[in-house]
Amino acid sequence: MQELITRAKELLADGTVARVLGWKIGDMPYNPEPAYFETVESLDKFVYNGFCGANLSKYMIEASKLEGKTLVCLKPCDTYSFNQLLTEHRVDRDKAYIIGVGCKGKLDIEKIKKTGIKGITAISGAEMTDACDTLEIDTIYGKKSCSYADGMLERCHVCKGKEHKIYDEIIGESRDTADGERFAEVARIEAMSPEEKFEFFKSELSKCIRCNACRNVCPACSCRKCVFDSTKFDSAQKANVDSFEEKMFHIIRAFHVAGRCTDCGECSRVCPQGIPLHLFNRKFIKDINEIYGEYVAGAEAGSRAPLVNFDTEDAEPSIVNER
Amino acid sequence: MSNHEHNHGEHECTCFPGFKHDTLIPMVGVITDIREETPDVKTFRVNAPEGGKLFEHMPGQCAMLCVPGVSEGMFSITSSPTNKEYQEFSIKRCGMLTEMLHSLEVGSEITVRGPYGNNFPVDTVLKGKDLVFIAGGIGLAPLRSVINYVIDNRADYGKVDIIYGSRSADDLVQLKEIREVWMNTPGINVHLTIDREQEGWEGHVGFVPTFVKELGEAGQVEFGINTISLICGPPIMIKFVLGALSDMGVSKTQIYTTLELRMKCGVGKCGRCNIGSKYVCKDGPVFRFDEIDELPPEY
Amino acid sequence: MYKIAKENLASLFALIHETNELYLPVQVAGQTNFAAWSEDACVDLDTLKTVKSPKDVFFPQSETLYTCNKEDNKLRITPEALVDAPFVVFGMKACDIKGIEVLDRVFLSDPVDSFYAARREHGIIVALACHEPEESCFCKVFGVDCTEPAADVATWMIEGELYWKALTEKGEKLTEAVKSLLTETCEAKVEAEKSAVKEIVEKLPYSNLSLEGWNGDVLTEKFNDELWNELYKPCLACGTCTFVCPTCQCYDIKDYNTGNGVQRYRCWDSCMYSDFTMMAHGNNRNSQMQRFRQRFMHKLVYFPANNDGMYSCVGCGRCVDKCPASLNIVKVIKAFSEKGDK
Repeated sequence: MQELITRAKELLADGTVARVLGWKIGDMPYNPEPAYFETVESLDKFVYNGFCGANLSKYMIEASKLEGKTLVCLKPCDTYSFNQLLTEHRVDRDKAYIIGVGCKGKLDIEKIKKTGIKGITAISGAEMTDACDTLEIDTIYGKKSCSYADGMLERCHVCKGKEHKIYDEIIGESRDTADGERFAEVARIEAMSPEEKFEFFKSELSKCIRCNACRNVCPACSCRKCVFDSTKFDSAQKANVDSFEEKMFHIIRAFHVAGRCTDCGECSRVCPQGIPLHLFNRKFIKDINEIYGEYVAGAEAGSRAPLVNFDTEDAEPSIVNER
Repeated sequence: MSNHEHNHGEHECTCFPGFKHDTLIPMVGVITDIREETPDVKTFRVNAPEGGKLFEHMPGQCAMLCVPGVSEGMFSITSSPTNKEYQEFSIKRCGMLTEMLHSLEVGSEITVRGPYGNNFPVDTVLKGKDLVFIAGGIGLAPLRSVINYVIDNRADYGKVDIIYGSRSADDLVQLKEIREVWMNTPGINVHLTIDREQEGWEGHVGFVPTFVKELGEAGQVEFGINTISLICGPPIMIKFVLGALSDMGVSKTQIYTTLELRMKCGVGKCGRCNIGSKYVCKDGPVFRFDEIDELPPEY
Repeated sequence: MYKIAKENLASLFALIHETNELYLPVQVAGQTNFAAWSEDACVDLDTLKTVKSPKDVFFPQSETLYTCNKEDNKLRITPEALVDAPFVVFGMKACDIKGIEVLDRVFLSDPVDSFYAARREHGIIVALACHEPEESCFCKVFGVDCTEPAADVATWMIEGELYWKALTEKGEKLTEAVKSLLTETCEAKVEAEKSAVKEIVEKLPYSNLSLEGWNGDVLTEKFNDELWNELYKPCLACGTCTFVCPTCQCYDIKDYNTGNGVQRYRCWDSCMYSDFTMMAHGNNRNSQMQRFRQRFMHKLVYFPANNDGMYSCVGCGRCVDKCPASLNIVKVIKAFSEKGDK
């Protein structure tokens, strides 16, 4: 982290960048917030640790409109989102100075708390050093611990790899934290009977409070005005008058980001009700891979996604229909 | 529906202090007359289905009009409470709801709830005072209620000047009433203006704020210590009129206006029309300008 | 004072349910929220904070106000019947009950909101005192005592037994109705529990948060502070904080076309949303900074200005737990006091 701060200070001081987009130390051991730093002194509050899960790519849409370059800290998986936004002309490469930051998996405080740990006052082991496999947690109810892997976000268990897909420089080591099969959960749901599937999604989606956190955090949801915010649209955002609307909201969103979603997992990370929203997107990714061949959105800026690219080798609609 | 005493159909219930027919439940109103004022303003006359007025109101108050299934919006009541037969609303076509209202015909039913908000202090501060009404475009709508109230209680007020302007002669609303009633009422002077020269227009040409200044400096309209000004119009007009009045030494405590923000409930609960700690629907829409100065500039 | 063993609570709930609708914390797909009790509901009294506050028992996330039908070009308005049967809310925490006190200021002030008032009249609140408060809790700051909830009945869960004490007439009546399942006991254990929990509260990191400088009189000074331009930046403009909050009461009113008439409903709204104040001719809060400022100014300045100094925050800490950008009212309050210290 110190190396990162030192470098950021240098770039800020020599005028290469006008600001730094990173994370500011929180008032709890686990709640750093995305933040802009415009002065060298303000970087004293910069932090980068296991709780810096937020994908800062989307903030670059707004930062691209600002004067001068923004230094942005992107983890390997965040760079896929940045590339995808570049492909969609939503961010300006020339306005970004990308530091690829090392990552050894990001932590999910909700998951840690679900293990029964409460009253947290301090956590050690979340720093970005390689040695820690265990989180030592001080609570007002005594000392607790949790293995780093058990505290990791779902997305890190199916990590896309330790490689940054776009960067100006890299600081810190990354580790491929995948220890699970990415499409296992999708396959499990596919194997369900239609009734079971419906029950599963009904119980998950009935929790939705229509807060729009999933949409607002999503780097693929970058429309200037969302159809669900339109006053002219009959089922505009706020009312979850019946379950149909909830389902419509999430399914329309999944369709809209199909082929563009990089599986960054932010939707599931931010959902206050713990709905595994990434499953919808991952189902699309799995289908696209099976029907059109392997494709990873954001692996390369400017790539033509299967759903917006026709090719004589494309699967016939009948093949799609048969599925 | 249950027959319990809380049944909304019954207007009487004493379980809670202030508990009555819920203000969010509207009444049905019938449109009994439509006047085309200008190319984009119509005045709608509204009655209760059984005839008569839906409710009593005071000048400056508003009501929520709704075309079911489309939307609901707050409109100021342009008729005077002294009119015992009906209520009127002058509505400019500018969005989804107003578009729909403009497509309605005489005999159509809409829903109405209200009246909401405070009113111009016609029975207190304004009594015995000289009054200057300054309006631009559709901004005449709320002031018309006061003007007609003053006309119907003529003895209670001093001299009255009405300065009214619009983009063009075709955009002046209530022109028939202005000419036939207001201009013929003793002690009332009407000063009309339009923004640009127009064929057939022999009156004054120029923006309202400049006109106000001209009239004031020429002594045609007096802004004395016994004068209260009531302003309504587009924000930019209000801003410049205020400047003009301030140049002429008029204190902000002598000026009233009526504000408009997005409203949904009408009773200060839905939380959107606040400016600082004041709700326009409940604490307004009528404010004295020195009161507005104490609010954050978020309107 | 009475008590009942934890394993007999299912019978207690069944008995209450015989004569009342019953709402309590229920776990669905891994998350606990207040919901109607049924025999197969997975009741969860261990989770300290439900995701959403229980405010929707009294102020539902969406509710129909009336139906409007058109027959022979005539409109007919049929208001929704008001709640007129008693119901019990079990397991509300002290902070959430304080939240209801805040909502009362809004909905029971003139003109009374009859939908809310009917629910308040018929609702019987059985509160559950907090046993293990968490680090995001700061109810003490707002004068809430989490060991002594002010409800119709207060209960304490101690070593597998629920202690039960009626505090109001409504509470006495409910106690009478379920007495067959309760046994009489003394208050000694409850007193010991209360002082033990109070000690924990003192140790919570936010318990000594200072609200100095926040009141109804600092409107202009706080509104114009430059700090807002910094603070709002990570905000995603979602409505999570608003929707999990026990005191946020802003609502929208909309029509739902059923194809066979129009249902007028109201639903929770959020001042964080871009269209909240949108009008046909513009928006008076068109930047996220303004919308962000509105939420905190409302809770800490505007609400106290209109309600004898009462804040519209009860320190439940849900926004602290749930904000996707790790922003919250505590950080806002702290940022202002740090600035003041400089």
